[in-house]
Amino acid sequence: MAQSAAPVSSRPALPEIAPISFKEIAPWLAFGGILMLVLLYFVGAEQGATSLIAGKDVHEWVHDGRHLLGFPCH
Amino acid sequence: MNSVSVRALLVRGMLAGLATGVLALITAYLLGEPHVDSAIAFEEANSHDHGHDDGVELVSRTMQATGGLATGVLVYGVALGGIAALAFCVALGRIGRFGPRATAALVALGAFVAVFLVPFLKYPANPPAVGDPDTLNQRTALFFLMIALSVLLAIAAVILGRRLAPRLGNWNATVAACAALVVALGLAFAFLPSGDNVPEHFPASLLWEFRMSSLAIELVLWTGFGLIFGELAERLIVPKAAERDERQPETAAVS
Repeated sequence: MAQSAAPVSSRPALPEIAPISFKEIAPWLAFGGILMLVLLYFVGAEQGATSLIAGKDVHEWVHDGRHLLGFPCH
Repeated sequence: MNSVSVRALLVRGMLAGLATGVLALITAYLLGEPHVDSAIAFEEANSHDHGHDDGVELVSRTMQATGGLATGVLVYGVALGGIAALAFCVALGRIGRFGPRATAALVALGAFVAVFLVPFLKYPANPPAVGDPDTLNQRTALFFLMIALSVLLAIAAVILGRRLAPRLGNWNATVAACAALVVALGLAFAFLPSGDNVPEHFPASLLWEFRMSSLAIELVLWTGFGLIFGELAERLIVPKAAERDERQPETAAVS
Protein backbone atom coordinates (compact mmCIF):
# COMPACT_ATOMS: atom_id res chain seq x y z
CA MET A 1 0.00 0.00 0.00
CA ALA A 2 1.86 3.06 -1.25
CA GLN A 3 -0.60 5.39 0.42
CA SER A 4 1.91 8.15 1.13
CA ALA A 5 3.38 8.19 -2.36
CA ALA A 6 0.12 8.10 -4.31
CA PRO A 7 -1.09 11.45 -5.64
CA VAL A 8 -4.25 12.60 -3.91
CA SER A 9 -6.32 12.74 -7.07
CA SER A 10 -5.55 9.28 -8.52
CA ARG A 11 -6.67 7.25 -5.52
CA PRO A 12 -9.50 7.63 -3.08
CA ALA A 13 -8.03 9.04 0.12
CA LEU A 14 -7.84 6.71 3.12
CA PRO A 15 -10.99 6.97 5.15
CA GLU A 16 -10.13 9.23 8.04
CA ILE A 17 -10.38 7.43 11.39
CA ALA A 18 -12.38 9.48 13.85
CA PRO A 19 -10.77 9.85 17.28
CA ILE A 20 -12.48 8.36 20.35
CA SER A 21 -13.67 11.20 22.61
CA PHE A 22 -11.72 11.84 25.82
CA LYS A 23 -14.99 11.72 27.75
CA GLU A 24 -15.31 8.07 26.78
CA ILE A 25 -11.65 7.18 27.45
CA ALA A 26 -11.28 9.00 30.79
CA PRO A 27 -13.02 6.50 33.13
CA TRP A 28 -11.13 3.57 31.57
CA LEU A 29 -7.87 5.48 31.73
CA ALA A 30 -8.42 6.28 35.41
CA PHE A 31 -9.57 2.84 36.53
CA GLY A 32 -7.75 0.55 34.07
CA GLY A 33 -4.59 2.64 34.18
CA ILE A 34 -4.37 2.52 37.97
CA LEU A 35 -5.13 -1.21 38.06
CA MET A 36 -2.33 -1.87 35.54
CA LEU A 37 0.11 0.27 37.55
CA VAL A 38 -0.71 -1.73 40.70
CA LEU A 39 0.11 -4.93 38.79
CA LEU A 40 3.41 -3.42 37.63
CA TYR A 41 4.20 -2.37 41.20
CA PHE A 42 3.86 -5.95 42.44
CA VAL A 43 6.02 -7.32 39.63
CA GLY A 44 8.61 -4.56 39.81
CA ALA A 45 8.98 -3.13 43.28
CA GLU A 46 7.06 -4.88 46.11
CA GLN A 47 9.33 -6.22 48.86
CA GLY A 48 12.26 -4.37 47.32
CA ALA A 49 12.62 -0.69 48.11
CA THR A 50 9.08 -0.58 49.57
CA SER A 51 7.05 -3.32 51.15
CA LEU A 52 3.29 -3.67 51.71
CA ILE A 53 3.35 -7.38 52.53
CA ALA A 54 5.78 -8.71 55.14
CA GLY A 55 8.45 -11.21 54.12
CA LYS A 56 10.44 -11.89 50.97
CA ASP A 57 8.13 -14.34 49.15
CA VAL A 58 6.87 -11.96 46.46
CA HIS A 59 10.41 -10.68 45.87
CA GLU A 60 11.86 -14.17 45.59
CA TRP A 61 9.04 -15.45 43.36
CA VAL A 62 9.38 -12.73 40.68
CA HIS A 63 13.17 -12.37 41.26
CA ASP A 64 14.37 -13.44 37.79
CA GLY A 65 11.67 -11.47 36.03
CA ARG A 66 12.69 -8.33 37.90
CA HIS A 67 16.32 -8.68 36.90
CA LEU A 68 15.59 -9.46 33.25
CA LEU A 69 12.89 -6.79 32.84
CA GLY A 70 15.28 -4.15 34.15
CA PHE A 71 13.86 -3.36 37.60
CA PRO A 72 16.36 -2.73 40.41
CA CYS A 73 16.03 -5.91 42.49
CA HIS A 74 18.53 -5.78 45.34
CA MET B 1 -16.40 10.87 17.18
CA ASN B 2 -15.65 7.19 17.01
CA SER B 3 -18.09 4.82 18.67
CA VAL B 4 -15.63 1.94 19.05
CA SER B 5 -15.76 0.86 22.67
CA VAL B 6 -12.73 1.54 24.83
CA ARG B 7 -13.59 -1.60 26.80
CA ALA B 8 -13.20 -3.80 23.70
CA LEU B 9 -9.82 -2.23 22.90
CA LEU B 10 -8.61 -2.53 26.52
CA VAL B 11 -9.54 -6.23 26.59
CA ARG B 12 -7.75 -6.81 23.28
CA GLY B 13 -4.69 -4.92 24.55
CA MET B 14 -4.50 -7.14 27.63
CA LEU B 15 -4.93 -10.29 25.52
CA ALA B 16 -2.27 -9.12 23.04
CA GLY B 17 -0.03 -8.36 26.04
CA LEU B 18 -0.57 -11.88 27.37
CA ALA B 19 0.16 -13.46 23.97
CA THR B 20 3.30 -11.42 23.39
CA GLY B 21 4.24 -12.04 27.04
CA VAL B 22 4.47 -15.74 26.16
CA LEU B 23 6.91 -14.91 23.34
CA ALA B 24 8.92 -12.68 25.70
CA LEU B 25 8.89 -15.45 28.30
CA ILE B 26 10.38 -17.93 25.83
CA THR B 27 13.07 -15.36 24.96
CA ALA B 28 13.75 -14.69 28.64
CA TYR B 29 14.01 -18.40 29.45
CA LEU B 30 16.32 -19.21 26.53
CA LEU B 31 18.47 -16.05 26.36
CA GLY B 32 18.25 -14.51 29.82
CA GLU B 33 18.26 -17.35 32.34
CA PRO B 34 21.78 -18.69 31.54
CA HIS B 35 23.19 -15.24 32.38
CA VAL B 36 21.17 -15.01 35.61
CA ASP B 37 22.62 -18.38 36.62
CA SER B 38 26.18 -17.28 35.77
CA ALA B 39 25.73 -14.09 37.78
CA ILE B 40 24.40 -16.03 40.79
CA ALA B 41 27.40 -18.38 40.52
CA PHE B 42 29.68 -15.32 40.63
CA GLU B 43 27.73 -13.91 43.56
CA GLU B 44 28.08 -17.14 45.54
CA ALA B 45 31.80 -17.38 44.78
CA ASN B 46 32.22 -13.84 46.17
CA SER B 47 29.57 -14.05 48.87
CA HIS B 48 31.68 -12.61 51.68
CA ASP B 49 30.72 -9.05 50.71
CA HIS B 50 27.50 -9.64 48.75
CA GLY B 51 25.53 -12.05 50.86
CA HIS B 52 21.83 -11.60 50.15
CA ASP B 53 19.58 -14.65 50.45
CA ASP B 54 21.87 -16.33 52.91
CA GLY B 55 20.20 -18.97 55.02
CA VAL B 56 16.95 -20.58 53.91
CA GLU B 57 15.98 -20.47 50.26
CA LEU B 58 12.34 -19.34 50.09
CA VAL B 59 11.86 -20.17 46.42
CA SER B 60 14.09 -22.69 44.64
CA ARG B 61 16.16 -21.56 41.64
CA THR B 62 14.15 -23.89 39.41
CA MET B 63 10.88 -22.26 40.47
CA GLN B 64 12.37 -18.78 40.08
CA ALA B 65 13.50 -19.59 36.55
CA THR B 66 10.15 -21.12 35.46
CA GLY B 67 6.99 -20.32 37.41
CA GLY B 68 8.40 -17.16 38.95
CA LEU B 69 9.78 -15.84 35.68
CA ALA B 70 6.49 -16.68 33.93
CA THR B 71 4.45 -14.79 36.55
CA GLY B 72 6.69 -11.74 36.29
CA VAL B 73 6.86 -11.57 32.49
CA LEU B 74 3.18 -12.40 31.84
CA VAL B 75 1.81 -9.93 34.41
CA TYR B 76 4.21 -7.31 33.01
CA GLY B 77 2.92 -8.08 29.49
CA VAL B 78 -0.77 -7.88 30.46
CA ALA B 79 -0.32 -4.66 32.45
CA LEU B 80 1.70 -2.86 29.78
CA GLY B 81 -0.60 -4.25 27.08
CA GLY B 82 -3.55 -2.67 28.88
CA ILE B 83 -1.79 0.66 29.29
CA ALA B 84 -0.64 0.64 25.66
CA ALA B 85 -4.22 -0.11 24.53
CA LEU B 86 -5.44 2.95 26.45
CA ALA B 87 -2.64 5.00 24.85
CA PHE B 88 -3.84 3.64 21.50
CA CYS B 89 -7.40 4.84 22.25
CA VAL B 90 -6.03 8.35 22.75
CA ALA B 91 -3.65 8.23 19.76
CA LEU B 92 -6.16 6.81 17.25
CA GLY B 93 -7.10 9.53 14.75
CA ARG B 94 -5.07 12.15 16.62
CA ILE B 95 -1.48 11.57 15.44
CA GLY B 96 -2.09 11.80 11.69
CA ARG B 97 -3.85 9.79 9.01
CA PHE B 98 -2.86 6.36 10.24
CA GLY B 99 -5.14 3.32 10.26
CA PRO B 100 -5.55 1.19 13.40
CA ARG B 101 -2.71 -1.19 12.46
CA ALA B 102 -0.20 1.60 11.80
CA THR B 103 -1.33 3.48 14.93
CA ALA B 104 -0.79 0.31 17.00
CA ALA B 105 2.70 -0.13 15.53
CA LEU B 106 3.58 3.50 16.33
CA VAL B 107 2.19 3.25 19.88
CA ALA B 108 4.19 0.03 20.44
CA LEU B 109 7.35 1.68 19.09
CA GLY B 110 6.77 4.74 21.26
CA ALA B 111 6.09 2.62 24.35
CA PHE B 112 9.22 0.50 23.76
CA VAL B 113 11.37 3.63 23.48
CA ALA B 114 9.73 5.68 26.26
CA VAL B 115 8.97 2.94 28.82
CA PHE B 116 12.01 0.73 28.31
CA LEU B 117 14.79 1.93 26.01
CA VAL B 118 15.33 5.46 27.34
CA PRO B 119 15.33 4.46 31.05
CA PHE B 120 17.51 1.45 30.11
CA LEU B 121 20.15 3.75 28.55
CA LYS B 122 20.47 5.65 31.85
CA TYR B 123 19.75 2.87 34.37
CA PRO B 124 20.36 -0.43 32.54
CA ALA B 125 19.15 -3.82 33.79
CA ASN B 126 21.53 -5.45 36.25
CA PRO B 127 22.11 -9.15 36.90
CA PRO B 128 22.26 -10.53 40.46
CA ALA B 129 25.50 -9.51 42.24
CA VAL B 130 25.55 -6.10 40.52
CA GLY B 131 24.22 -3.19 42.55
CA ASP B 132 24.81 -2.33 46.19
CA PRO B 133 21.83 -3.40 48.38
CA ASP B 134 22.38 -0.27 50.50
CA THR B 135 21.53 1.98 47.54
CA LEU B 136 18.42 -0.01 46.50
CA ASN B 137 15.96 2.66 47.66
CA GLN B 138 17.73 5.39 45.73
CA ARG B 139 18.15 3.24 42.60
CA THR B 140 14.49 2.21 42.64
CA ALA B 141 13.32 5.82 43.04
CA LEU B 142 15.61 7.02 40.23
CA PHE B 143 14.53 4.17 37.94
CA PHE B 144 10.81 4.93 38.30
CA LEU B 145 11.49 8.67 38.11
CA MET B 146 13.34 8.10 34.84
CA ILE B 147 10.41 6.10 33.40
CA ALA B 148 7.91 8.78 34.45
CA LEU B 149 10.10 11.56 33.02
CA SER B 150 10.69 9.67 29.78
CA VAL B 151 6.95 8.96 29.28
CA LEU B 152 5.92 12.55 30.11
CA LEU B 153 8.56 14.01 27.77
CA ALA B 154 7.48 11.61 24.99
CA ILE B 155 3.84 12.72 25.41
CA ALA B 156 4.97 16.36 25.41
CA ALA B 157 6.93 15.73 22.19
CA VAL B 158 3.83 14.25 20.48
CA ILE B 159 1.74 17.27 21.53
CA LEU B 160 4.50 19.62 20.33
CA GLY B 161 4.68 17.80 17.00
CA ARG B 162 0.92 18.13 16.53
CA ARG B 163 1.07 21.87 17.28
CA LEU B 164 3.95 22.42 14.85
CA ALA B 165 2.48 20.32 12.02
CA PRO B 166 0.20 23.00 10.50
CA ARG B 167 3.13 25.46 10.30
CA LEU B 168 6.09 23.21 9.42
CA GLY B 169 4.40 20.31 7.66
CA ASN B 170 4.22 16.77 9.06
CA TRP B 171 7.80 15.70 8.34
CA ASN B 172 9.56 18.79 9.68
CA ALA B 173 7.24 18.96 12.70
CA THR B 174 8.09 15.33 13.56
CA VAL B 175 11.82 15.99 13.18
CA ALA B 176 11.60 19.14 15.32
CA ALA B 177 9.59 17.40 18.06
CA CYS B 178 12.03 14.45 18.12
CA ALA B 179 14.99 16.83 18.30
CA ALA B 180 13.39 18.67 21.23
CA LEU B 181 12.79 15.31 22.94
CA VAL B 182 16.42 14.24 22.46
CA VAL B 183 17.70 17.55 23.90
CA ALA B 184 15.37 17.29 26.93
CA LEU B 185 16.39 13.66 27.55
CA GLY B 186 20.06 14.57 27.15
CA LEU B 187 19.69 17.21 29.87
CA ALA B 188 17.91 14.71 32.13
CA PHE B 189 20.68 12.14 31.55
CA ALA B 190 23.33 14.76 32.34
CA PHE B 191 21.77 15.93 35.61
CA LEU B 192 20.43 12.69 37.11
CA PRO B 193 23.01 10.74 39.14
CA SER B 194 24.33 7.55 37.57
CA GLY B 195 23.52 4.34 39.38
CA ASP B 196 26.10 1.75 38.41
CA ASN B 197 27.91 -0.20 41.06
CA VAL B 198 29.60 -3.20 39.45
CA PRO B 199 31.65 -5.34 41.84
CA GLU B 200 35.33 -5.75 41.11
CA HIS B 201 36.18 -8.68 38.79
CA PHE B 202 32.55 -9.09 37.64
CA PRO B 203 32.96 -10.29 34.01
CA ALA B 204 32.27 -7.39 31.63
CA SER B 205 31.11 -9.78 28.91
CA LEU B 206 28.54 -11.34 31.26
CA LEU B 207 27.18 -7.90 32.17
CA TRP B 208 26.94 -6.97 28.47
CA GLU B 209 25.26 -10.26 27.49
CA PHE B 210 22.79 -10.01 30.38
CA ARG B 211 21.82 -6.50 29.30
CA MET B 212 21.52 -7.54 25.64
CA SER B 213 19.23 -10.39 26.65
CA SER B 214 17.12 -7.90 28.62
CA LEU B 215 16.93 -5.70 25.51
CA ALA B 216 15.98 -8.73 23.38
CA ILE B 217 13.12 -9.64 25.76
CA GLU B 218 11.63 -6.14 25.54
CA LEU B 219 12.13 -5.98 21.77
CA VAL B 220 10.21 -9.24 21.35
CA LEU B 221 7.52 -8.07 23.80
CA TRP B 222 6.83 -4.77 22.01
CA THR B 223 7.22 -6.03 18.44
CA GLY B 224 4.77 -8.82 19.22
CA PHE B 225 2.40 -6.41 20.93
CA GLY B 226 2.41 -3.95 18.03
CA LEU B 227 1.67 -6.66 15.47
CA ILE B 228 -0.88 -8.70 17.48
CA PHE B 229 -2.78 -5.76 18.94
CA GLY B 230 -2.66 -3.97 15.57
CA GLU B 231 -4.33 -6.93 13.89
CA LEU B 232 -7.01 -7.22 16.63
CA ALA B 233 -7.69 -3.46 16.58
CA GLU B 234 -7.88 -3.39 12.77
CA ARG B 235 -10.46 -6.19 12.78
CA LEU B 236 -12.50 -4.41 15.45
CA ILE B 237 -12.40 -0.94 13.90
CA VAL B 238 -12.36 -1.73 10.17
CA PRO B 239 -14.51 -4.86 10.00
CA LYS B 240 -14.99 -4.65 6.24
CA ALA B 241 -11.28 -4.79 5.50
CA ALA B 242 -10.88 -7.82 7.76
CA GLU B 243 -13.78 -9.61 6.04
CA ARG B 244 -12.22 -8.98 2.65
CA ASP B 245 -8.91 -10.37 3.86
CA GLU B 246 -10.63 -13.48 5.14
CA ARG B 247 -12.58 -14.04 1.94
CA GLN B 248 -9.56 -13.96 -0.32
CA PRO B 249 -8.12 -17.35 0.61
CA GLU B 250 -11.57 -18.94 0.27
CA THR B 251 -12.11 -17.66 -3.27
CA ALA B 252 -8.62 -18.80 -4.15
CA ALA B 253 -9.42 -22.26 -2.85
CA VAL B 254 -12.68 -22.44 -4.85
CA SER B 255 -11.08 -21.40 -8.15
